[in-house]
Amino acid sequence: MSMIEFHDVQKYYGQFHALRDINLEIDKGETVVLIGPSGSGKSTLARTVNGLETIQSGQLIVNNRDLSDAKTNLNILRRDVGMVFQHFNLYANKSVLENIMLAPRIVSHVPEAENKKAAMDLLDMVGLADKAQNMPSQISGGQKQRVAIARSLAMKPKLLLFDEPTSALDPEMIDDVLQVIKQVTSASDMTSLIVTHEMGFAKEVANRVIFMDAGQIVEDDDTKSFFSQPETQRAQQFLSKIITH
Amino acid sequence: MINIITHYSHQLLSGFGWTLLSSVLALFFSLIIGSLFAIMEILPNKTARFVGRAYVELFRNIPLLVITMFFYLIIPLYLVKINGFTAGTIGLTLYTSAFIAETIRSGIQSVDTGQMEGARSVGMTYWQAMRYIILPQAFKIVIPPLGNQFVNLVKNSSVLAFVAGFDLMYQANSIASTTFDTINSYLVIGVLYLIITMPLSYYMRYLEKKIA
Repeated sequence: MSMIEFHDVQKYYGQFHALRDINLEIDKGETVVLIGPSGSGKSTLARTVNGLETIQSGQLIVNNRDLSDAKTNLNILRRDVGMVFQHFNLYANKSVLENIMLAPRIVSHVPEAENKKAAMDLLDMVGLADKAQNMPSQISGGQKQRVAIARSLAMKPKLLLFDEPTSALDPEMIDDVLQVIKQVTSASDMTSLIVTHEMGFAKEVANRVIFMDAGQIVEDDDTKSFFSQPETQRAQQFLSKIITH
Repeated sequence: MINIITHYSHQLLSGFGWTLLSSVLALFFSLIIGSLFAIMEILPNKTARFVGRAYVELFRNIPLLVITMFFYLIIPLYLVKINGFTAGTIGLTLYTSAFIAETIRSGIQSVDTGQMEGARSVGMTYWQAMRYIILPQAFKIVIPPLGNQFVNLVKNSSVLAFVAGFDLMYQANSIASTTFDTINSYLVIGVLYLIITMPLSYYMRYLEKKIA
């Protein structure tokens, strides 16, 4: 059963061809890591999956909903598709706890007591129960990202998208966040698509790696073979530069 | 100065009342109209954006006096009879609403786009995201420039004097022309304007501190 299907998807920003001939199928329960140089279209690809970016042609089906159809209600799709952003995007006017509780309350109408308990459990899981009443401006970047992960989990998504979740963090904060992501994505019924530059982490959590360059999928392989013997020259070149540093 | 206050207290008080009433009405309606056009200017719909833009550019680029004269002279000629006070207050409302629309639009647009994406990504509708996340943050940003607009509005209400609106400026003109004590006539109403604008400025500053 597939969770995400791209069929000949094209995406342009004006003249710029951001996604070229994307054909991709991701099954339920998979943890897929998307890597590649800057500007290769990784983030764009991830953002098309929950409709934050529109596509110009081709077909894109996520969780059995057709995103290439203008009539598809994206709000309903997004209840099942969580997203974690590079810059966290916590609501600046809401406390940590409210950040987590808001969507379940106003989107899926979860009863208040149940909602609060679930939110506190999530904060506990990411190790930030004591920060529940803080405002986002009062916590560190790593803590913000862990709250953002808890926020996306509060909607009980079937699919999680991570858009460079550690790129804006201090080096010391990265590990805590990666541990949380690892825990979340390892759940057997969770499908995850992770855009990252952390190769060690990619090796550890992913069961599949997709390598992109210039808007195209250049290589799509299981994690072990990708890192041990990449097929294409472009991927070999990319890995040699990263690993030797 | 004391002379003018004691002899013309009735006129001054009435002028103060009309200025205050015109300002309050114009503030109330321009805030509503301005907010509506601000939202129109940022809607995804192209026609709505065009209408919003056109309204703002029209009313903020024509002098207040010209707008007011239009309502005072031309509307009664073809449509309905309206008095100077009404014409002046309508002119003041439309003129100010264009500036308020600009202030609010820029406030909304200065909220980081990530806030909207964060809200939409958990399934909120555009209007839910606006209501719970974007507008509360924009409101905070907009308070100081909005305070400026309010103070300007009170001062601009002196345009009523040109269309027989019986406001403070009108009364000062009338007192000055009967007493020939021009300096004191205008000094007195200057102080009366301050009595409205100073508390308003202080209140906006208080609000700014309280919310920030």
